[in-house]
Amino acid sequence: MEFGQIKSGLKNKCVCIGGCGGLGSNIAVALARTGVGKLIVADFDRIDQGNLNRQYFFTDQIGAYKAAALKENINRIDPFVEVEAHVILLTPKNIIELFNTGDVIVEAFDKAEMKEMIAETVLSEWPAKPLVCGVGLAGWGGNDLIKVERHDNLYIVGDNVSETSDEDPPLAPRVGVVANMMANVVLEILLGKDK
Amino acid sequence: MKITLNHRDDVLDTSKESITINELLKLKKFSFTRLVVKINGTLIKRENFDSASFKENDNVEIIHMISGG
Repeated sequence: MEFGQIKSGLKNKCVCIGGCGGLGSNIAVALARTGVGKLIVADFDRIDQGNLNRQYFFTDQIGAYKAAALKENINRIDPFVEVEAHVILLTPKNIIELFNTGDVIVEAFDKAEMKEMIAETVLSEWPAKPLVCGVGLAGWGGNDLIKVERHDNLYIVGDNVSETSDEDPPLAPRVGVVANMMANVVLEILLGKDK
Repeated sequence: MKITLNHRDDVLDTSKESITINELLKLKKFSFTRLVVKINGTLIKRENFDSASFKENDNVEIIHMISGG
């Protein structure tokens, strides 16, 4: 498939991303560059210095809301991608309202309880809607441990075990690997298998 | 009890005909606190871990969610 065909296949698709941190910001940028027509992104948090080791933001955006800054950065890459940015703490109730139109939903939160919450919400509200989650990305190396596990419409991407902590922080390469693998899974869902 | 656990065949050390999710977590010594659980493809919410049960040959998925993103 030529890139023009790929872009037209993605033009009318909508991907919803919960969380605009290390996973969400990188996933959104990868999908925007590939041609996904509409992204709905949500995050309550602001950018701080410590985020810049892996998140798709810049020093002059420190203090800004992540969702709004992500929209700004995507507009600079491709102004024809429609980005709906919500500065909001996601809950089961507002996920159902905001992500209803998504063809695919992406879980890109930091905290395990938020990951559980969105999975429960999406699987019970929309059993047929694909949900892509990131699980296990701390530290560096271990490329061959990162994989995709499918449970019906739920896709788990990561090494499943490396929880982030002060002793095992998230770093750009491994977070980026998982983020881009998640974006790659989204493309496979939207366009069908290529490989 | 023979079941499929996370896409693999598994034998649970129990004489019961059916067991609940909480009994399974104890039996397997799963200590993860944040989970997504499915029985035969259907989501089981946390509030039902004590009541939702499965039996021989059922397909059980226990997906643990850990922090990082």
